[in-house]
Amino acid sequence: MKKLCFYFQVHQPFRLKDYRFFDISCDDDYFDKKLNHEIMRKVADKCYLPMNQLLLEQIQAHNGNFKVSFSISGICIEQFELYAQDVLDSFKRLADTGCVEFIAETYGHSLSALKSPEEFKAQVAKQTAKVKEHFGQTPTTFRNTELIYNNQIGSLVHEMGYNTMITEGADHIMDWRSPNFIYNHCQHPDLKLLLKNYKLSDDIAFRFSERSWESWPLHAETFGQWVNSTAWNQEIINLFMDYETFGEHQWAESGIFEFMRELPNQIINHSQFDFVTPSEAAAQLSPVSDIDIHNTISWADAERDLTAWLGNPIQDDAFDSLYELEELVKKVDDKKIKDDWVKLQTSDHFYYMCTKFWSDGDVHKYFSHYESPYAAFINYMNVLTDFEERVKKAAGYTPEEIKIDQGIIENFKNYLPYSVDLK
Amino acid sequence: MEPKPLKVLMFGWEFPPEISGGLGTACYGLVSGLIDSGVDVTFVVPKLYGTEETDKFRLVGASDINVNFSNDHFNKNLEKVKYLQIHSHILPYVSPQEFLERTEFDVESLKIDSTFSTAKFSFGGKYGKNLLSEVSKYAVVAMQIAQDQDFDVIHAHDWLTFPAAIMAKEVSGKKLVVHIHATEFDRSGEAVNQEVYDMERQGCEAADRIICVSRLTRRILMNRYGIDGSKISVVHNAVVPKPAIIYPKKNLVDKKIVTFLGRITFQKGPDYFVEAAKKVLEVMPDAHFVMAGNGDMFLNCLERAAELKISKRFHFPGFLNYFETNNLFGMTDVYVMPSVSEPFGITPLEAMRTGVPVIISKQSGVSEVLNNAIKVDFWDVNALSDTIIGLLKHEEVSKQLAGDGTDEVHEMKWEYAALKVREIYNKTIDRRRSVRV
Repeated sequence: MKKLCFYFQVHQPFRLKDYRFFDISCDDDYFDKKLNHEIMRKVADKCYLPMNQLLLEQIQAHNGNFKVSFSISGICIEQFELYAQDVLDSFKRLADTGCVEFIAETYGHSLSALKSPEEFKAQVAKQTAKVKEHFGQTPTTFRNTELIYNNQIGSLVHEMGYNTMITEGADHIMDWRSPNFIYNHCQHPDLKLLLKNYKLSDDIAFRFSERSWESWPLHAETFGQWVNSTAWNQEIINLFMDYETFGEHQWAESGIFEFMRELPNQIINHSQFDFVTPSEAAAQLSPVSDIDIHNTISWADAERDLTAWLGNPIQDDAFDSLYELEELVKKVDDKKIKDDWVKLQTSDHFYYMCTKFWSDGDVHKYFSHYESPYAAFINYMNVLTDFEERVKKAAGYTPEEIKIDQGIIENFKNYLPYSVDLK
Repeated sequence: MEPKPLKVLMFGWEFPPEISGGLGTACYGLVSGLIDSGVDVTFVVPKLYGTEETDKFRLVGASDINVNFSNDHFNKNLEKVKYLQIHSHILPYVSPQEFLERTEFDVESLKIDSTFSTAKFSFGGKYGKNLLSEVSKYAVVAMQIAQDQDFDVIHAHDWLTFPAAIMAKEVSGKKLVVHIHATEFDRSGEAVNQEVYDMERQGCEAADRIICVSRLTRRILMNRYGIDGSKISVVHNAVVPKPAIIYPKKNLVDKKIVTFLGRITFQKGPDYFVEAAKKVLEVMPDAHFVMAGNGDMFLNCLERAAELKISKRFHFPGFLNYFETNNLFGMTDVYVMPSVSEPFGITPLEAMRTGVPVIISKQSGVSEVLNNAIKVDFWDVNALSDTIIGLLKHEEVSKQLAGDGTDEVHEMKWEYAALKVREIYNKTIDRRRSVRV
């Protein structure tokens, strides 16, 4: 039998509050409790709760033949603890079925893999501990923030003992290859890579409610036929998407819940496919080839690269300024500073600063609570300035002695009014 | 016997606290000084916000005035507004009826009985996109005000009020003094707006006397507008005493802070400030820079600071209100005004009265009067950064300069400027032989 693998990304950032220049040194409370609470409750009611219930019913109805997997960022679990204990409980009920795999990622949904292996490992350890605490599983599959991947990141993940990793499988990355097989890291044959089938994934995640789409309205039966019509020799279809697709990006009125309620039946009873979790897929299938990825990829935008988060001057300066503090943060033993450090690394902060399509009012704008990328940047830098001061104070940092070139002082003297005397 | 107080009908565009720049601040200071010197001032603005100090000042909002169109004399003069505006095509109307219909004026209350007789005009105030239309409306209302009020001389601040002032002069036959705080060349460099230029020129030509805020501005009027220099007096701006409460520094308490405050536009030289900041930070990595204000070069400066990798030391608090401005001066160690073109520049005085040492460009009007300031060419980034470093490093020098500066600006009182202006009024209306100013 061929394999169908569902993986859902579950994530909510700790959004920053409006933090002005005049708040620097006066306010070390950076996050917008009200907004974060509101958004968590809204998404819980529209998506997490109804969709978790739907999945639970389907798992029970199909006697263990329907399976899904989740990666939930540590800071999202933290927000469940704060604002949505009911959601946390419903994920626990899913975990108890034995048909749900929880995947490892960075605690803060961060871009640390690109900057600091040490920070990256620490965040993964923290997230997996959180998963273990709530869901009783120790993850064996890894998924980096927004499917960001390159050979180095793969090596790092391999070094940490993972044997399965999830990433993007868009055409320009795959070249002649199909994402419908399992691959392995080019230097580490025992790190298996599952690649997203972006076409079928996006049919659900992006096109489902698009009335101008020729396949609208999409029914589970049709989708089951598409899956089933995959070439005879292909082995797996990976459907990877944001969990918020269900009820939040695609509203309940679009019929997305009816679709998902019927899909397991169509696959299990009317196709040559079985549902698997990522680690099952990796155990049951052999890699067909290694895959060599030098340039960093992701699942974002048409470019499938890092430009959603990094690359323009404001994103880069904010990102570098943040990680310049890493060495000092490590010296500090202060829980609030450590927590803020992780929350400030969340990739969403840099996503808000993306200027790529700013004028078009596109998907970036939909996901941002700022009026512009520049407003997001200024707000973030104000917070970071305060954070730097706190870290330096806590770390007992003393600035280096300033040495000023005599030429500068001589020139300075030339401009002083006659009445003012320098030595 | 004490002469009867001189009555001035003054036209402005903004008055504190609702201001967007130095013009409102200067008008406030000057009017205060004139009142203290016994001059009776009625100050007209497009609209009042209800937050002004109405107990101290006699303020008139043009939007509160009922304009009476049934008066023949008035309508005859309305024709002159048309004539006045003919080159700029701002008021393409024929009759009062047509005037209201064809222009997109939003008439707030319009009594239509047999003929349509009175109307109130609404004003957005500020500097919105209907600015030119507001300038014309203001001129129409000014005619009504000039008809109703009793005054000896008209005084108008900057081009926005010139059509109003000219009409007030037409209606009343009184002498007109125009006050140039900034010319179109200061605001727009060489990319001048012809309509604005024309209005400035018409205002200066219609004026019986012109007051400029600096010799620099006087030269611009002579060279660029062809105005006869003998008609122009220079009265430098002053500064009101520092606010009673300056809050102690609470942000970045142990850090050195270098401040720029003003519109972030080409003529203020914000880009030189960014480049200088980079050079300073290479030597003093813990200094902080603040660029307060808004403007069309805001994003350029923001991106440039990011490219230079200094964003964590370079802050953009946006447009600040009165209290925040004082707050910022209170925490500032060096104030920099690197203007490319600045007719006067009142903010260095505000910094100095708070005890902050200042660096100003030689290309600013205020550099004509200040002794205890460091003066550099706006384009000389090295001089700018070297002097910032020097002041940050040598606290005793910084203190001495700031102390001398505070003493100096305390002597620059609006009442002195007002005395000069009063002399100019007297000379203009020939009330008595006056001293040359």
